[in-house]
Formats: sequence, C-alpha cells, structure tokens
Amino acid sequence: MNFALSPMELEALSLSLKVALWASFASLPLAIGAAWILARTRFWGHGLFNAALHLPLVVPPVVVGYVLLVSFSKHGIIGAWLFDVFGISFAFSWRGAAVAAAVMAFPLMVRAIRLSLETVDMGLEQAAGTLGASKIKIFSTITLPLILPGIVTGLILAFARALGEFGATITFVSNIPGETQTLPLALYTLIQSPGGEAQAERLALLAVGVALAALMASEVMARLVRRKIGGTPDE
Amino acid sequence: MNKTFSDEAVLEIDVQKQIGGLNVDVNITAKRGVTSLFGRSGAGKSSIINMVAGLSTPDAGQIKVLGETLFSSKLNINIPTHKRRIGYVFQDARLFPHMTVRKNLEYGTPRNVETNSDHNFSDICELLGLNDLLARRPYNLSGGERQRVAIGRALLSYPKLLLMDEPLASLDLQRKSEIMPFIERLSDQFGIAVIYVSHSVEEVVRLSDTIALISDGKAIAQGSLSDVMNRIDLSPYTGRHEAGAVLNATVLETNAANGLSTLSVSGHTLWVPQIDLQANAPLRIRIRARDVALALSAPIDTSILNMLPATVREIAAHDGPHCELALEITPTAPHALTTETPEILIARITRRSLEQMNLKVGTALYAMMKAVAIDRRSLGGLGHGPRS
Repeated sequence: MNFALSPMELEALSLSLKVALWASFASLPLAIGAAWILARTRFWGHGLFNAALHLPLVVPPVVVGYVLLVSFSKHGIIGAWLFDVFGISFAFSWRGAAVAAAVMAFPLMVRAIRLSLETVDMGLEQAAGTLGASKIKIFSTITLPLILPGIVTGLILAFARALGEFGATITFVSNIPGETQTLPLALYTLIQSPGGEAQAERLALLAVGVALAALMASEVMARLVRRKIGGTPDE
Repeated sequence: MNKTFSDEAVLEIDVQKQIGGLNVDVNITAKRGVTSLFGRSGAGKSSIINMVAGLSTPDAGQIKVLGETLFSSKLNINIPTHKRRIGYVFQDARLFPHMTVRKNLEYGTPRNVETNSDHNFSDICELLGLNDLLARRPYNLSGGERQRVAIGRALLSYPKLLLMDEPLASLDLQRKSEIMPFIERLSDQFGIAVIYVSHSVEEVVRLSDTIALISDGKAIAQGSLSDVMNRIDLSPYTGRHEAGAVLNATVLETNAANGLSTLSVSGHTLWVPQIDLQANAPLRIRIRARDVALALSAPIDTSILNMLPATVREIAAHDGPHCELALEITPTAPHALTTETPEILIARITRRSLEQMNLKVGTALYAMMKAVAIDRRSLGGLGHGPRS
C-alpha cells in the first residue's frame, strides 16, 4: 500500500481542513454572543430563540442545505444583497461549504459555551465590578478566561462536526472537485464509481485519522486550559 | 482614648426596597472608623450594603458617600458599581481563580496611582502577611489566607469606603482570631471607613466603634457600641441568650497573681484570665447578662472574685420566667469626678428573684461575676492603645 497521498486525496483533505477551520473559528464570536444571550438574559421569545438555534440539530441536513441554497444563491435574499454590497458569492464555492458546515455545527458550539457560562460564578463578576472594572473589562478579564474550557470544547465539537458535514454541503454547493469536494463528498463519489473501493478505503482511514488527531488535540488543550485557570490542577 | 476622627459623615443612606417578603427601609449615617450593621441572618444587612455598592438598586431614596450622591431616585442618579469606588469584601472572598494572588491584588488598582501614596502594594502585603502568597493561586490558599487576600485586593482599589459582609462567618475560630487583628488595624492605619456586617456579637464588640442594629429590614437603633448594646429593651434583637453589657476598661496588671490579670472599670478592680496587653491599655469587655448575679449586701466568704457596687437603672420584664436589669456601676470616689457617663452592666435574673429581693429602680446592690465569666474572646482592644 502506498502511504503517500494522491493529489485528489490531498486536495480533499486540505479543503476539508480549510472549510472546517473557517466554519468553527469564524462563527465563534457569534456563538459566544448567542450563548451569552441564552445564559444571561430573559426576554419574550427566549424559548423561540433557543429552539431556532437548535434547529440544525434536528432538521434533516438536506433541508438546511436547501434553505441555504434558496437564500444564498445570487437570486436569494441574502445572496443577492451580499453580492451587490460586497461582491461575495457563496453559491458553489468553498465559502458556501464553510457556511453550511458552520450552520450545522453552530448549535453544538453554542451549547458547549452556554454550559460553561452557566457555571461561571456571577459573584466573581460582581467582585470585579466593585474593583472598578467596566462591563467590557469584566467580560474580557473574568468571564472570557473562565469559559475558555467551554470555548475549546465548543470549537473542537464544531470542527469535528464541520469535518463530517455532508448533506447540507452537497445540497447547497454541490460536489465540485477542488472547490467543494470535501473528504466525505470525495468518499461518496468514490463509492458511487465502479472500482473505487480501494481508494474509498484509504479516504475512510484518512477521515478516521483526522478525527482522532482532533480529539487528541482537544484533550491536550483542555488539560492546558484547566491548568491555566486553576481550580483543580491535576484532575 | 477615643478616636479623633472628624465628625463628617462618610456614608449617608436613606433607602427603601422591597426584596421578596422583606421590606428594607433604613436611614443610617456612618462616620469614620468601623460601623457595624448587626442583626440576625435575613434581617437585610447584606441587602443594604449591596445597595451601597450598586450591586442592587433601591426602589427609592438616596445614598451619599463622602458627600457625593451615588444614588438618588429623586434626582435620577444611579452611578454604576465600577465608578463608585466602594471596596467590598465578600463572605466567600471571591478571588479570581485564574489569576495568581498578585494579579488578584493588582486587579483593582487604578493605573494612575503614585507608588508613594499613603498605602502602597508592599505596605498592604506587609500588613496582611501576603508576601509569601503572591505567586500562589487561590485554590491552594486556606480560608483565612483567601480572606486576607480579598481584604488586600479591596484596599488596593483605593476605595472611599470599605464594605465587609460577614468576612469571618465561614471561618473556624482559629482563622477568625487570625484575621481580626488585621481588620482592627484597617481603619486606624489607612484612615478608611469600614461598614462591617455581622451577626456575631463577639466580632461586633471587638471591631466596631458605632453600630446600627438591623431587624426585619429596619435600623431599630444606632449609636455608639455601648449605647446600643447596653439597652435592655433591645436585648430581644441583640439575642437574649447572648445579651450582655459592653464596658470600657483599662489594664491594671497583666500578670497579677495566679495566672490572672486585673482591669479597672470605673475605679473598681476586675480579675480576668491573663491577657497579653500592656498596663494602661484601654479595652472593651463584654459581660453576659446571664453571668451576673445580684446581692443586696456585700457577700462575704464567697468564691466569686468580681463584685461591683451598682444601682438599678431600668428593669425590663420579657415573656417567660426571666427579666433583665440595667445597672449603673457606682464609680469609686476619685473616679466619680472624672467619669461623665457611668458604665452600665446588664443582669438577667428570674422574676421570682426580682420579687423576693424587692428590686426597684434606684435600689443599691452588688453585682457579682466569676472571673471566668468575662468572655475572653470579647476582650476587644480599642485598637489604639499600646500593644505587646
């Protein structure tokens, strides 16, 4: 067996990593905002907002992809506006794949961050206030460092989810080699073509390897973060 | 040996707020030194200082610190917490777990503070004994250490006023006695006014100059420590079992005889277990009402060491078999000329004894206390006299 990656494999792998990294990191600020709203505020429609955020978890991915296709295409409401104002198009490009992955992964990231926000002792934030810290300083010096474990978990979960995204991606941006053909899509193509089993096996192994590496990285990160913020040094 | 602080009000608070079933409605003025808000748990003490700090908003009223209005419902003023410059030491310390002790201490220090200001970082670390802790993190500090760091952190934010919410309540006896001296020195050394919230008579007697008695959201009495603590009509609020008088005394001899020390109260000598203060040091003592027995003539052949002549000033009969008497201690002849206000002692006896002895207001009698009945933990110094 040849261990060197073929150009097609390399292409699919790097595209997958690019899409997943963009999907998870670019949506992080939004996820922190959404988590903060869910954990710290109460307003009319709070429940609805919560449900809407969780929709991608329960709706068939194809539906999400379809909604994205309709709204982000050059004739869709959001797509037309984005194209007119910024000249960006998401349809049938890797950026679209990243959007699809981000939407699918968003609930997982929000959930992880929200859970850790809820464990932050608000008494510490009050104490910071009495020490002269403004709301912004409190958030950046107290809240944010304390929810770092949740942010790391959220990022890893979102990254893993984005890496495996299939349904929404293929519906929204199709299966274009070199542009939108991520690992799962390439695997799907190989399985569909006669005689592609051997190559499919290699890709499947590659996918498992990437996932495993991500999980291990997350373990290491989580331990580092926990040591940094104290509490329990060697859990 | 009273403090020579100016009479200027540091804190003026006149607020109303409905919190669940509790209607907080207080009007308190605090001067320099330590002012205690004393009362049972749930009386609304913490709610009051939370409003001062801006952590909660009153329904109506106004709050002024050093003449500056922090809150006024009439003028529509509500300065946010971080601009109030009110230090707050919480019962649970609330140290930031992701920072070292040093970072915690520096957190609230304004950027533009000159290092030669009257109390700088190293002074405070020295006073609170924090120098060995600076590199450590909160999770491996003891409860007492945490509380000391919390006090230092609040002081280093250079507040106009320091609020302390039961800072010793979660500590064991040994830790308490470890921290009390630090708190005693705060207002002297840094000239900062302290509002001290507590439900512990011992702490309040030892630490405070003035006191506001809080019950059910209201300040039912305020004034100097002995004025409030020696009012027998308030003993249901100060805790009947713990009721007792606060007396001013000076040390006569530290090592008198038989492991005892002697104190002078209105010229009379009291024997107490040995204390480590120097001669002539002023101190406050508390004598619990239930530890005082009364006799109409001076008893002879008794094991009781301490006996003070007194007259009955007030009699308060509560429900139940007991009643409380406020007694004025008769000063010795040379002392009578110099003391303006007589020292008060409170005695708790049965109503049956009251009737049998036919005690009336003005009756002259003798109050007897065992030497050991003087609560050693409440031997609070005024904090200004010489210390060993």
